[in-house]
Parts: sequence; structure tokens; C-alpha cells
Amino acid sequence: MEQPNLSYINTLSGGDKEFEAQLLDVVKKEFPTEKETYYKNLNNENYKLAAENVHKLKHKISILGLSKSYDIAINYENNLLDHNTDLKEEFDNILIVITNYLDNL
Amino acid sequence: MNCIIIDDELTARTIINKLSSNVPDINVVEEFPNAIQAIKYLNQNTVDLIFLDIHMPDFTGFDFIQTLKNPPKIILTTSDANFAIQAFEYDCIVDYLVKPITQERFNKALDKAKSATFTSKATTNPTEEDSGVNDLYVNIDRRLIKIDIPSIYLVEAKGDYIHIKTETKNYTVHSTLKKIHDKLPDSLFLKIHRSYIINVDKIIDIEDNSVLIKKDVIPVSRSNRPELMKRLNLL
Repeated sequence: MEQPNLSYINTLSGGDKEFEAQLLDVVKKEFPTEKETYYKNLNNENYKLAAENVHKLKHKISILGLSKSYDIAINYENNLLDHNTDLKEEFDNILIVITNYLDNL
Repeated sequence: MNCIIIDDELTARTIINKLSSNVPDINVVEEFPNAIQAIKYLNQNTVDLIFLDIHMPDFTGFDFIQTLKNPPKIILTTSDANFAIQAFEYDCIVDYLVKPITQERFNKALDKAKSATFTSKATTNPTEEDSGVNDLYVNIDRRLIKIDIPSIYLVEAKGDYIHIKTETKNYTVHSTLKKIHDKLPDSLFLKIHRSYIINVDKIIDIEDNSVLIKKDVIPVSRSNRPELMKRLNLL
């Protein structure tokens, strides 16, 4: 399974460690809330809202260098707009990987 | 250049702030997590440039633009490249940045913003018929794909998306039937149902309240049927 990395954040920071820490703090703060909202909407079968949550999570996925996961998220978002949960398992695995990664930073 | 950032995601605002800090003549004066707060601010203040997220709950970036009488230059920021085609409909939008945004791409967008001068839509956005344009560009997966307009035989609305069917290939694009209808020449295309636009030249036959076009049987709504019949060269 593809693993997160800090390549984008490091490039963006240009070596500014304070900024790197600030951005990661923000990601750590926002990600669990976005994830929770996604699961809540998905469990309530609010697929349009769940698609919006996936859309928002896509940014975090891309920031963490998960390019293949990003493509999965795009397709999953489109599926949800069609009330189709194909790729749910794959997307859930991406969220688990990110959760573990952020927890260990 | 004074600018504001509108994005419901703090991560995105933090990144745009950082990118802006690396450019000497950009000054981020405020940032807002939603469009409503930004509208209140703009009622009292003017700015040169707005970094605007499209996909925000309740009030989208496009909704926001429509509230502005004299919009400043706007750079759209989004995780969804499919909105690019819609962006081209607004003269105030000078560029479109797909997240995650790199410094290089950000700088390019700012160069565009600095050099952009926009005039009214009436003078810059002629219809396809007026300009004789035969191609339509649609944004799919961050690429602008060229479609030969006469090869389109059917456009179907499906939720927030449209399916464009051509002689050789089909495309799914995030847009509306109305928007594509405005881009297609009336001489060739006709809306025959709230969910369908057809290329009249491609009709094979018509039966009762449906049209056979290629292999697709498309319903014709009662209100659109008279216009369809007018367009036919009936014996």
C-alpha cells in the first residue's frame, strides 16, 4: 500500500521548519474532523455530502504525496455522486494509512 | 497587490499564505473560511485579488462571484479540475489552480493576474456561431480535451454532470445542460427534453414522443416537440 510522505510539504516550506510544523498541526487538527464527518454522512446514506467530504479529504491525500490514493479518491467521489459505494473499502484503507501516519509524526 | 483568501479549509489557507509570503508584491490582508464573511468584508473594503475556493459548503465560489458587482481579479483554487470549463465563463477569473498548489504554478497565476485586463463578457465571449468556432474544450482529469462540435450527437444531463456523446467517444464532464447549450450552435443542436440536447442532423427517425439518434432512443417532451417538428424538412 502506498505510504504518505512529506515531499510536497518539504518543497513548499523551502526548509522553513516552523512552517512545516505549523502546516502539519493544521492537517492533524482538520483531518480527524473531516474523516468523522465523512463517516457520519456515509452511514446516514447522505452520499452527496459524503462526496463533498471525500472532495475535501482529497487535498490532504495529495498534500501527503499519495498520488495513487488521490486517483482512487477522485473515482470514489464520482461514485458517491451516483449513490454508488464502490471503492469504499479502498478509500477507507487510505484513511487508515493517513491516520496511522499522522499519529506517528 | 492586496489580496484575500476564501477557503473553508484551514490547510489550504495556510498553504496559500505561505506561497504568497514568497512573492514580494503580494499582501494577504485577510482570510475567510466562508464566502459570507468575505462578502461582508468586501462591502467595506476593496482588494486587488481574491484566491477563491470553489467547493465550499452552502455557498460555492461561483455563487460568491455572482454576488459581486465589480469583482476584482480572481484566482480559483480547487481540488477538482472539472470546474475549469465553468471558470472560463467569468471574465474576472484570471487563472485556476488545482490543489496541491506548487510555488511555480502559483507564481505563474500571479503573473497572469498582474497582466490581466478584463472587459465585459459581451466583447470577449462571442457565441460559437458568431465566431465560427467548431471545437469545444472540456476539462477532464486536469486536461482540456478538444471535442469537434459537429461530431456531438447527444448531450445528456445526469446530476451535476453531463454526458457528451460523439461519433467516436463519450465524455463525462462536471457542468450543466444549460451551459453546454449556450456553447453549441442553435443551427445544429436542439434541446428536446430537460435532460437531453440532440444534434438534429444525426436523427435517424422520430416516433411518437421519442427520437432515435444513433442507437439511443431519447424522449421528446411535449413542450419541445413543436420546435423539433419546425426544424424538420417534412414532405
